Amino acid sequence: MTNEEILGQLTQVMKKVFNMQNIVVTETTVATDIEKWTSITHIRLVVEVERFFKIKFKSLEIQKWNNVGDMMKSIQTHLAAK
Amino acid sequence: MNFDELLDAAEKCDVSKIKHTKLAILGSHATQFLNMALQAAGQISEINYHIYEADYDQIEMEILNPDSGLYEFAPDYVFIIQSGLSLQKLFYQLKDQDKANFADMIESKWNDLTLQLLEHRPKAKVLLMSYELLNDNVFGNYYPKVRNSFYHQLTEINYRLMKLAEKNDSLYLVDTNSLFLRRGIDQARNWSQYVNSDLHFSLDFYADISIAVTGIIASLTGRFKKCVILDLDNTLWGGVIGDDGLSNIQIGSLGIGKAFTNFQKWLLQLKERGIILAVCSKNTEEVAKEPFLQHREMILRLDDISVFVANWSNKADNIRYIQDILNIGFDSMVFVDDNPAEREIVRNNLPMVCVPELPEDPALYLDYLISLNLFETTTHSENDSIRTKQYQEESERKKLQFTVTNMDEFLASLEMTGSIEPFTEEDFPRLAQLSQRSNQFNLRTVRHTQSDIEQLAHDPKYITMSVKLRDKFGDYGLISIIIVELRENREAFINTWLMSCRVLKRGVEELVLNYIIEKAKEKGYDVVIGEYLPTAKNKLVEKHYPNLGFETCGENLYKIEVNNYNNLKHFIKND
Repeated sequence: MTNEEILGQLTQVMKKVFNMQNIVVTETTVATDIEKWTSITHIRLVVEVERFFKIKFKSLEIQKWNNVGDMMKSIQTHLAAK
Repeated sequence: MNFDELLDAAEKCDVSKIKHTKLAILGSHATQFLNMALQAAGQISEINYHIYEADYDQIEMEILNPDSGLYEFAPDYVFIIQSGLSLQKLFYQLKDQDKANFADMIESKWNDLTLQLLEHRPKAKVLLMSYELLNDNVFGNYYPKVRNSFYHQLTEINYRLMKLAEKNDSLYLVDTNSLFLRRGIDQARNWSQYVNSDLHFSLDFYADISIAVTGIIASLTGRFKKCVILDLDNTLWGGVIGDDGLSNIQIGSLGIGKAFTNFQKWLLQLKERGIILAVCSKNTEEVAKEPFLQHREMILRLDDISVFVANWSNKADNIRYIQDILNIGFDSMVFVDDNPAEREIVRNNLPMVCVPELPEDPALYLDYLISLNLFETTTHSENDSIRTKQYQEESERKKLQFTVTNMDEFLASLEMTGSIEPFTEEDFPRLAQLSQRSNQFNLRTVRHTQSDIEQLAHDPKYITMSVKLRDKFGDYGLISIIIVELRENREAFINTWLMSCRVLKRGVEELVLNYIIEKAKEKGYDVVIGEYLPTAKNKLVEKHYPNLGFETCGENLYKIEVNNYNNLKHFIKND
């Protein structure tokens, strides 16, 4: 899957979790850019991303994410390992 | 249903116009996701929750402090969510010599907290979660022999909680472990989320819990399943009776027959609990009845079935006919049929009827139906189990009614006798139950629990009446409840008037009103006031008071003068 595809699908998941139809997400987006991206919705985001891509993140890996780009790299790694 | 499926399903349901149900959540851990899931579970069950979420781990403070947010909120229901993990944390902090008494500690903690809570909010119902099984394997399988092992204490605590719920009418236990088993431990908990975010259960498991809690609350507000309507061929037995014949249908201990036998055994348990069994089959009636009468291995017999409909017409129409005889709401019926086309027809025509999507393999029928937990209940009395007979009697009466053209003649021919007496202790469970079940003939839909009933029976400000009826076909038992509140200004106010719809148009209303007036007169009251509070289900009694000769005296309020009253005619003799 290309980076664009992952970003596109990730955006779809975020729209659903944050219940916002018009959000723009890029690799440099961070949680503070999106009002509804709180510690609570973040938990749900992880669950929904795992379910959508059928992957399972490791606890340490989640803690290291600094922006959407880091998340995408994690997703890419897990998809490649499948 | 997964967490996101639950939230999606809820989006399609608008409950904003329904009256609030006030629910407080107290948690031993963070409850934000539980809150979301409960809102959603409410929405799909037509419950509009207004939720108070206490700060986490404040259970004791909220309950013990009379000025807490909990009491300010004044909840109808309090759901206390805990987890084996938080229990384990407490246990691990104990000194070794205290560990053997852990169950005593926890039991008395919940006993005290529940009693405190109910003292402050006597009308509230408390729903307490049991602890999910969690063997830390410090003693492995040796735990039964070691009182101070965690798993020994945990198992003991769940047993003690069950016993607390058994003796406290207002305390309900939510069985965490049956949900935990269904979801599977790896799906019910996500250790990474637990470590990172202190989430004791997975989001999906919060959905499971919320659906279970909502099922109990729905049942407490009078919404539960009362009847299973069964197809026959390939549902109750394998094969087609009309084609295969009596000796070739599959039922019994061999092969796939066992699946049908086990299914029937379970249905019989439901029937004994008080669930009505009905049959709706595309068949010739005599052919359809043959296995019930002749087949040695059939578990269900003809007298287990309250209404038996076998013909070639449309199943939706047949279910309407069954509904007419039983006089219960479509939303209290479950229709079980192996044929997807029949299910679709019923779903499209009668959307209120619950139609489970039965698996193809008969071996899976039973477990699938069990997994849905369709028959949640919050009352039980022995009377439940004799209802089948009453419905069969009702079928007989219906037949008689068709042959008699004059209504008075019909009523006289029933040879009815009735009794009205104040609430007595032996009737308390049945009174509470009737109060929970009655939706249609219920003027104000005030629900009374067993403890309410007990209080009312002893309160001199109230006249209580329990009405019983029988006729030549059988005994209806307790069928109507009236509670009259003696107010100032010599006004008697009818707080509760409800009746089982089975005895509609038999003259019970007239009998009761004559009695109310007589009692009011005796006590020196001039006026009797009645009120009709509309709900989604009680349109039947919209004109109840005007029909009985009351005058309108306000919005939905009616009055009748005691002194100008002429006794109304009916055909019920005094018992």
